[in-house]
Amino acid sequence: MQLLLKYRTQAFLLLALLVSFVVSQASDNIDGYVLQIMLVAGINIILAVSLNLVNGHTGQFSLGHAGFMGVGAYMSAAVSVEMGPSILGLLGGPSTLSHGVTFVIALLVGGLCAAVCGWMVGVPSLRLRGDYLAIVTLGFNEIIRVVFQNTSSSGPFGGALGMRGIPDYSTFFWVFGIAAICIYVVASMVNSTYGRGFLAVRDDEVASESMGVNTVRYKVVAFVLGAFFAGLAGGLYAHLFGAIDPKGFGFLKSVDIIIMVILGGMGSTLGVVVAAIGLTALNEQLRDAEKFRMIVFSILLIVMMIVRPQGLLPVTFEKKRRKSA
Amino acid sequence: MDQFVQQLLNGLFLGAIYALIALGYTMVYGVLRFINFAHGDVFMLGAFGGLYVHKALAPLLNALPWPLALAVVMLASMAICAALGIAIEYFAYRPLRTRPRLNVLITAIGVSLFIEYTGQLVFGATQQPFPALIPRQNISGLGGLTVTMTQVIVVVVTTALLIGLRYIVMRTRLGLAMRALSLNPTAAALMGVNTSVVISFTFGLGSALAAAGGILYASLYPSVDPFMGIQPGIKAFVAAVLGGIGNIPGAALGGMIIGVVETLVTGYSQKLGIPSGYKEGVAFIILILILLFKPSGLLGKVEREKV
Repeated sequence: MQLLLKYRTQAFLLLALLVSFVVSQASDNIDGYVLQIMLVAGINIILAVSLNLVNGHTGQFSLGHAGFMGVGAYMSAAVSVEMGPSILGLLGGPSTLSHGVTFVIALLVGGLCAAVCGWMVGVPSLRLRGDYLAIVTLGFNEIIRVVFQNTSSSGPFGGALGMRGIPDYSTFFWVFGIAAICIYVVASMVNSTYGRGFLAVRDDEVASESMGVNTVRYKVVAFVLGAFFAGLAGGLYAHLFGAIDPKGFGFLKSVDIIIMVILGGMGSTLGVVVAAIGLTALNEQLRDAEKFRMIVFSILLIVMMIVRPQGLLPVTFEKKRRKSA
Repeated sequence: MDQFVQQLLNGLFLGAIYALIALGYTMVYGVLRFINFAHGDVFMLGAFGGLYVHKALAPLLNALPWPLALAVVMLASMAICAALGIAIEYFAYRPLRTRPRLNVLITAIGVSLFIEYTGQLVFGATQQPFPALIPRQNISGLGGLTVTMTQVIVVVVTTALLIGLRYIVMRTRLGLAMRALSLNPTAAALMGVNTSVVISFTFGLGSALAAAGGILYASLYPSVDPFMGIQPGIKAFVAAVLGGIGNIPGAALGGMIIGVVETLVTGYSQKLGIPSGYKEGVAFIILILILLFKPSGLLGKVEREKV
């Protein structure tokens, strides 16, 4: 019993992986439309939780999360489309195992490429604060989109038309398994002794630096890790829909993720997960009223900031502390 | 060579419009220390304001000589946008005045999206032609250079507005209050400056300039759509940062530089081997470079963060 208490987060992770595996086996019995929405919700959870590490826990406002997602989506799709057949051949033809191995390689390549981009954004962030950082990350997002848009239409990335015919590897197990790992990594990192540094950087950068916190390293770690998981989410997205195009990873997608983080409460993992699920459902409800979707979301953003800037489910221990202006 | 001078001139005309928008960013930053993300959308509303005022007053305006008609349309649209700017500040930003700056930035993003998508609903998503408020005729000048009537008007109007703005900021009581507020908000409030009035006035002034910029831009590139404000807005923001945000002459200088660089990159993209599709990324690359190497901008002061 003691052992179980000591390792309860790890136990939760294993349980989550097990449950997602079992549900995945039974996913044929779930209505296809419902299943798809569930998978989108799972991808949104990964995106929101990873952005929350940067925006919520570390207090570095990034407006370019969709850019990292785009890098992950493109790179992983390129791996499974261009190199997939040869990997399958090496593993003795198509089977559950060889498909799984191909997918893992593709996702990891996507995640790592996104992480490198995260590092490239994280380094200039060392000199920039607040709104300037927000604008620069927005700029990176746009540059990534413009670069993909201007690739040759006959090349592997397909230019403005994007990529098609990506194998549909994303199952319930992969999406929710990675979501569970993402939540586990972010939550246990922030709650560890090491992770207090993220919160210190957020609460007062100058003070934490003078207390010996290596603010530079924390910011870069947050960006790289956040980008890595966004890249994985992008890979899952590409292998769920089978087609991607550069427009899907622009500023508006970044705003979608930011709304999830703000609605859930910056720095609150539970809140962000709930908000990601809720907003995915709301998004589906508004699908018939596409014209009103962004109007609703933008009003939501403004009203939240005025009425409840801490989010719907803020972290509880923060209420006890008095925050300086 | 001739082509180069021509491109340079075209860049300056475009830069004059960016300068008008950049002034709004820089003035709001001066008094409130935040980036008004929705400023580019006020620019769009200015162009649509011009379009609708022209539609509503068409019989009257057709009777007037065109410079007078242009002045009527422009002043009306500037007044509408000034009112909208003040309203945006009053409803969205004022409740957040004591909150962290990041919250205001998020709200500004919300306001920007709200204006764009409401605009799409009200005006329709398609591009609409903009009426020829300025006769579309060429003035052939020195040595084979061509300048259109619109470009001349752009420069004349921009210069007049800049002189007017300088007069307001340097010679009037409200301008003095604006400068005091940007120097030190607390001290200004203690000296009897009515902060709220000055902030409203600044938003009104910036929005009016953006509206003028919108009409000039729509005359230069005669079509309007609800998303037309995004790109010029971003470029003008880069111009404001380049000149040193919070610095009024800096914004004008930055606008000119961005206009010239953009026109030259577009004009010579084939010779340089850059696909023209990368044009949208140029402004951001300039922005990242400035922020990395000279974050205070060309004419700005270095500000140290104090504990």
